[in-house]
Amino acid sequence: MAAVSRPGVELLYWDGCPSHPEALAELRAALADLGRDDVEVAVRRVEDDGQARAEGFVGSPTIRVDGADAFPPDPAEPPALTCRIYRLADGRYSPTPDPAALRASLARLLSAR
Amino acid sequence: MPLALDDPVPAFTLPDTDGQPVPLTGDDATATVVVFTCNHCPYALAWHDRINDVARDYADRGVRLLQVNPNDAARHPRDSLDAMRARVARGEFAGPYLHDESQGVARAYGAQTTPDVFVVGPDGRLAYRGAPDADHGDPTLGAEWLRDALDDVLAGRPVRRPETRPVGCSVKWRP
Repeated sequence: MAAVSRPGVELLYWDGCPSHPEALAELRAALADLGRDDVEVAVRRVEDDGQARAEGFVGSPTIRVDGADAFPPDPAEPPALTCRIYRLADGRYSPTPDPAALRASLARLLSAR
Repeated sequence: MPLALDDPVPAFTLPDTDGQPVPLTGDDATATVVVFTCNHCPYALAWHDRINDVARDYADRGVRLLQVNPNDAARHPRDSLDAMRARVARGEFAGPYLHDESQGVARAYGAQTTPDVFVVGPDGRLAYRGAPDADHGDPTLGAEWLRDALDDVLAGRPVRRPETRPVGCSVKWRP
């Protein structure tokens, strides 16, 4: 019987930005809303500029499904140890993604597997 | 030594985005607010309008509000002087936006985050330090901690909540 692989959902963060606990809670809530409580989230800390470059990490938090960014950044965005800027549905700036947009992105990426 | 409440704050003069020198104190300032902020931090951006509303709302009471960008622009190009100028040109600031290129002022104040708010009383001493309000995500709070501190300073009474935890992106120090 073929093994069924689970999607690799990752949250990458940097300690200099305090948003990752909130982002992780919202990520888990989004997965639960999608009925995907079975998906484990790998939480990984990005520690230095070299790792940021190697990972293509453009800011904290970054959420990926099988390596695909839930909110693909501008290709010109340089890797950096910084806080990532998100926009909420009403246009306000936020250090974490819009919860509804996160659910929608996760649903799309998980269904594409 | 980190700056403590009631300490005399360090005087400074920093250039604005036109290169004009701007001193900490004004001749007739009843209070001065120094906000360490920047262009690239979502916390600073989320609180930005609330902080600038304070500048507008208290200007006629002699309050001066200075916003200071201390970040290392070499590693964070969004915090460059050109990017600061662009935001000023778009009318995003209600007062001077100052460039702390050497990071000396941020170090002297012990700034930790963007934003990090310091209120200086008419006696030149630190009266409040911390966050603008309790939640970057709730615009209805209106920078109430900062407003409360200013109201207390202007009334000549002790600040009811003189210190809160600054919340935001870490100041981007030079390596």
